[in-house]
Amino acid sequence: MDTQVTKKKLGLKERYKLLTRDLGWETTFHTKDEVYPYVKYEGIKINDWDKWEDPFRLTMDAYWKYQAEKERKFYAIIDAHAQNNGHLNLTDARYLTAIKMFLQAISPGEYAASKGFARMGREFGGVGTQVACQMQALDEIRHAQTQIHAISNYNKYYNGFHAFSDSRDRIWYTSVPRSFFDDAMSAGPFEFMIAIGFSFEYVLTNLLFVPFMSGAAFNGDMATVTFGFSAQSDEARHMTLGLECIKFMLEQDPGNLPIVQRWIDKWFWRGMRILSLVGAMMDYMLPKRVMSWKEAFDIYGVENGGALFNDLARYGIKPPKGWDVAAGAIEHMSHQLFLGLYQWSFGTAFHGWIPSDDDMEWLSAKYPTTFDKYYRPRWEHIKKLEAEGTPFKNYGLAKLCQTCQLPTVFTEPGDPTMMCHRETEYKGEKYHFCSDGCQEIFEHEPEKYLQAWLPMPALFSELNGDIGAWMDWVGLKNGVDNGDYVGSQDQINFDKWRGMATSNKQS
Amino acid sequence: MHIDLRTVAIEPQRNTFDHLVRRFGDKPASRYQEGSYDIQATENLHYTPTWDPEQALYDTSITKIVLKDWYVLKDPRQFYYNTYTLTRARQQDTAESNFSFVESRGLGEMLPEELKSIALNVLIPLRHAAWGANMNNSFICGYGYGTVFTQACMYQAMDQLGIAQYLSRLGLLLGDTEALNAGKAAWLTGPAWQALRHYVEDCLVVRDPFELFVAQNVALDGLLYPLVYERIVDGFLSSKGGSAVAMLTQFMNDWFDETRKWVDAVMRTAAAESDQNREVLQAWTQKWSSRAAIALRPVVELALGTQAEETVSEEVASFNARMKKIGIDL
Ligand SMILES: [Fe+2]
Ligand SMILES: [Fe+2]
Repeated sequence: MDTQVTKKKLGLKERYKLLTRDLGWETTFHTKDEVYPYVKYEGIKINDWDKWEDPFRLTMDAYWKYQAEKERKFYAIIDAHAQNNGHLNLTDARYLTAIKMFLQAISPGEYAASKGFARMGREFGGVGTQVACQMQALDEIRHAQTQIHAISNYNKYYNGFHAFSDSRDRIWYTSVPRSFFDDAMSAGPFEFMIAIGFSFEYVLTNLLFVPFMSGAAFNGDMATVTFGFSAQSDEARHMTLGLECIKFMLEQDPGNLPIVQRWIDKWFWRGMRILSLVGAMMDYMLPKRVMSWKEAFDIYGVENGGALFNDLARYGIKPPKGWDVAAGAIEHMSHQLFLGLYQWSFGTAFHGWIPSDDDMEWLSAKYPTTFDKYYRPRWEHIKKLEAEGTPFKNYGLAKLCQTCQLPTVFTEPGDPTMMCHRETEYKGEKYHFCSDGCQEIFEHEPEKYLQAWLPMPALFSELNGDIGAWMDWVGLKNGVDNGDYVGSQDQINFDKWRGMATSNKQS
Repeated sequence: MHIDLRTVAIEPQRNTFDHLVRRFGDKPASRYQEGSYDIQATENLHYTPTWDPEQALYDTSITKIVLKDWYVLKDPRQFYYNTYTLTRARQQDTAESNFSFVESRGLGEMLPEELKSIALNVLIPLRHAAWGANMNNSFICGYGYGTVFTQACMYQAMDQLGIAQYLSRLGLLLGDTEALNAGKAAWLTGPAWQALRHYVEDCLVVRDPFELFVAQNVALDGLLYPLVYERIVDGFLSSKGGSAVAMLTQFMNDWFDETRKWVDAVMRTAAAESDQNREVLQAWTQKWSSRAAIALRPVVELALGTQAEETVSEEVASFNARMKKIGIDL
């Protein structure tokens, strides 16, 4: 056959360019400022959107094809998991505490990220950036949905999952991640990218997902392992997008550096506060431990983070301001938070418990300089009260940090015996903080953070302190979802069902 | 020890999540329901946007359309990520074999020169219009309310990117990079395209997500797809021996058939809720569809010449009939 028309051989990069950024054009009926109204007000200068380097090159047909393959596998596995009572493979039902927290606190964040990236997919002034953000918007819908679908089967058999949609907007501890995502979404497009694209997806993601997924693998949770694996290649794309974004901003204009640095400082600190939940999960909630929170931080925080910030040093970026304080608190944060969660377990849609003797041995070994000295004595005291029939419960009001919304349970840098508490007066009102980092974030944008919805005062102003009415409102079933794991329905049912599988006992 | 867990007959403690029980009753929920209903934050939003302190982070009042519950805008296709992706993966398979069929048999080279240039003149500038449609739907997803509505807009956005990419490939196949350059030049300065480009650019500054839905997905697509892909490609070009082009645009035809059902369901439901909604939707549809008809006429002329006026009127009539069926009187 005569194929006289010799087509130009297009390189991959050139071809992708034609299939994406060549689609855009300079508008003439409306100015750029009208079409992209939000790209300037944060003070970031972009001189040439064309300098954007595509972090990955995926056309839609290829996207559909690859993602569909992953979707088929994912749903085949979770269908089988549900049909075969895969939940009885768990090491112990107390493991599900981690997954309850995940569904209540993290999955809604996946969805918020999807909305945020859809907005960025429209607001940025360059096609390459827009397309990358749009694909992430689509991926994040996927993550929210695959997580809900994977966890759906646990909800059928165990408590604490059923009200995740209500508790997302109402229960006190979910306002930690909710305020984090609301903060990012109420910021401008560039700060959003540093907050979610860079700090969350790049710096912190390994400290969040790797512990959850390996915890799941160690504890027989195939459903969670499956959604984690299935999201891995999406996450790889998201990480390269986050990194490209920060490099792009820094390369575009030297004036961008101080703005970006301040955002890195802020979002690192906000992220570390959320990660305290992961720390408590790793050190206390997994029946079979993977590694300690401290070990995870050493590998994924110190080693990987160090390499990253070495790489960014050529742009003048310094490691986040709160890094040393955060690293110094690693030996304490999980213990302090889990002690808090235990005493407020009447108000959480997951169970608390006193660590067993074996657990405490493990904690001593992992935290040789801190656990026996500061935290074992407190657990021993709590254990004694429990044995005497007067369990230690705190029905009082936890004072929440105005910025990160965690209860102020953390101690002073360098002095684990002193509670850390900061206060700022602004326009005649007093605001409370858990740390210098959170206080500084407030003081930089007080008009923003004074708007924060604080769940505890709301309980008192709207419900007159009526705990029962509050529980109805947040979807918490007293004596079912909350309280001690020992003696809970989850424990009784799991043991009974496992018994049926391993003996001739029938219910 | 191997435990056969399947043999354990245990009773579930509940059927589904509380919010789905409230909506659909106490029974197992579908994956569409689990993945779509009430998963967007609604209450106790922490901060107002610094980019527009007048609005809330998720705000029903940024559109003139008022719905008691935005989750009434159910997608009749019940697309959530999985069903969406699997459907498009199958379609891209077909598109792929169509492209390789045309390519391997040299059908592009066999196209009469006149038909080829009509196809390129009409289709290639439309890759920019599709990019506009992509941005508009990304906007509606980002600022619209309620996942059943907004997720479908994200799928629509990515579909429009896919369409822009199929059109680009068609251009490369039939006319190489020169075809893309010529198409872009026509889009920017060619007299046939300026009214349409004006329309698309006006959409880019609309910040009422529902009005944008009407301007893009109802009015513009509602006329553009039948005119370009049914009348010009499948009708005119195929009858003259250019059916290879129709093979390369099959995706667009199938896609429009499918997505219009969703678009109609959204419009029908919103109009049915109140007279006020119906009036707003009618006014928007009237305004944007009459503009779209005017903007598309010179594009249709590129292929149909003097037949264009009649063809456009016919398609406007059938668009109006389609709208009437869903409660929008024009
Ligand atoms: Fe994600
Ligand atoms: Fe704080």
